Amino acid sequence: MAISTVDLQAAAGAPAPSPKPAKRQKFRFISNGKTMTGLIILGFYVLLAIFGPMLAPYDPDARGSDLIAAPSSAHWFGTTHLGQDIFSQVLAGARGVVYVGLLAGLVATALAVIIGVSSGYLANTGGEALSALSNVFLVIPALPLIIIVASILPSVSNTTIGLVIGLTSWAWGARVLRAQTLSLRGRDYVDAARATGESTWRIIFFELLPNLTAIIASSFVGTVIFAVLSEITLAFIGVSDPTDWNWGTILFWAQSQQALAQGAWWWFVPAGLAIAVLGTALSLLNFGIDEIVNPRLRSSGRIKGKSVRMRIGFTPVLGKDNR
Amino acid sequence: MSYLLRRIVFYIFTAWAAITINFFIPRLIPGDPVQALIAKEQGQLSTDAVHSLYVLFGLDKQQPLWQQYIDYLGQLTHGDLGLSFTFFPTPVSEVISSSLPWTLALVGVTTVVSFMVGTGMGVLAGWRRGSWVDLVLPVTTFLSSVPYFWFGLIMIELLAGPNSFFPSSGGYDPGVTPGFDIGFIASAVQHSLLPALTILISSMSGWILSMRNMMVTVSSEDYITVAHAKGLSDRRVMLSYAARNALLPNVSGFALSLGLIVGGTLLVEIVFSYPGVGFQLFQAVGAKDYPLMQGIFLIITLSVLAANFIADLAYLVLDPRTRKEG
Repeated sequence: MAISTVDLQAAAGAPAPSPKPAKRQKFRFISNGKTMTGLIILGFYVLLAIFGPMLAPYDPDARGSDLIAAPSSAHWFGTTHLGQDIFSQVLAGARGVVYVGLLAGLVATALAVIIGVSSGYLANTGGEALSALSNVFLVIPALPLIIIVASILPSVSNTTIGLVIGLTSWAWGARVLRAQTLSLRGRDYVDAARATGESTWRIIFFELLPNLTAIIASSFVGTVIFAVLSEITLAFIGVSDPTDWNWGTILFWAQSQQALAQGAWWWFVPAGLAIAVLGTALSLLNFGIDEIVNPRLRSSGRIKGKSVRMRIGFTPVLGKDNR
Repeated sequence: MSYLLRRIVFYIFTAWAAITINFFIPRLIPGDPVQALIAKEQGQLSTDAVHSLYVLFGLDKQQPLWQQYIDYLGQLTHGDLGLSFTFFPTPVSEVISSSLPWTLALVGVTTVVSFMVGTGMGVLAGWRRGSWVDLVLPVTTFLSSVPYFWFGLIMIELLAGPNSFFPSSGGYDPGVTPGFDIGFIASAVQHSLLPALTILISSMSGWILSMRNMMVTVSSEDYITVAHAKGLSDRRVMLSYAARNALLPNVSGFALSLGLIVGGTLLVEIVFSYPGVGFQLFQAVGAKDYPLMQGIFLIITLSVLAANFIADLAYLVLDPRTRKEG
């Protein structure tokens, strides 16, 4: 799993470097190549989630006479042991995956903002208790907990899975937000706002939250990655909405029908690639956000020769190997 | 309170919280799960099993909740986790203790090795930014987005086969009897190579990325410029000045994300039918073996807590500030 530097710095209690007051530019993040690529792929997936089930050439449940057939013009991704069309299953599965990912991301981010910001801003025992709570949830392994809760529930639907994942995976975001709130709380402009008599709520919503946007966005994207992987994993071990297809369900059938032993690579490769590309798109988006918050990470337009840095007040120094 | 003492109190509190969560989960589920389970098993459960189910789900109405909780804590101190359904009437603790060594060896070794190798590669990737090493970024981004278990399937497809050196499933050859002799250990190591490689490749990329980003951030600090100005060798500046400072957030990140990593690596066991805790959890979910699932959750949590504590000790050695404060 990838951890963004912003998170690491904030988690370590160090204040994240704040962006330099550059010329104000609207939609600056779109001009970043990584963010743009991530957004385009993500848009494609959202379209797939909306229209995929309609585009599917076959009913994903319908059985056919071609059993375990290799990809052909009739079945682009081949067929299963029951002759079901895998291409249709992948298309139909997109909706469940995107829905659960977004639902869990929204629930977890809302909890993370509420718990993280209030535990950071309220410097009393209440704040300490909330911080301890998020540390406890952080250390307890989330995936086994999700597996147990989801498999004890009498019936599982995509909504319950999304809620279970959201309710158990907010702790990382809360911790990062708490650290950043703690650092913002001591800034002069917050003191000034307090001195002019602004209410606590106004300070939180109008002074603090706008400055936390990038971190909230990054923690939302991170949670969506985690939620998608968790959901696929749950479906892979057999805990999923029985009425709906998702990519984990395809992998579940591929595994239980010994697709590997039969050499049916087309059964598990497309679903896995779909997950990997979605995950990559989300990670790219997160790197883009990272680079906005921490301009040093931008790899484009960098200076040639790593140890030469022109800065005011410092004589540029050449590294040994540049001479 | 010193740093160490504070951490110990925290871990004891977390262990208590995990135990309490474990106690309440089956009791918060609406409806009567036991009846549903009996209907599902179609009378295959013995009366003992039905009774232990009722006790587990807190549907044993004769006792008040707090009494059940105290009984539960009392049972835990004796290492009693209830009886497993799938291996009825074997106690859960016995079932888990047969599989735990496998998981500790596989997941423990690979997690530590992947952190060390990944951090090392991250140091290089961050220091040589702008060269061909940057090509490592898209690759690692992709690999870290792939589910571990799916990557395991691909590895089996590519590397394992009837005539391959790598066996595709199991923990040791069926012909070998478990014991501390050369034959068994060689067979166990051979069987663990492919799962270990899977976990290594897919979990390493996260460490490369985060260490690279920390290196990039650190390498524009003033003390790096000063170190260069002093004429220190590039290698010395990279390792003793940049990497040493960049390492700290990565170590605390390691401790924090242990829970996530362990969850992912357990699934690799499923793909390889490796006789560890993860494979057992998979079987327990399939068989609706609630006592076994809960026992496994508790054991995993306690192991992660122990590993976290070790990571804290490492942090104490690496960061002098934690020793001075307090």
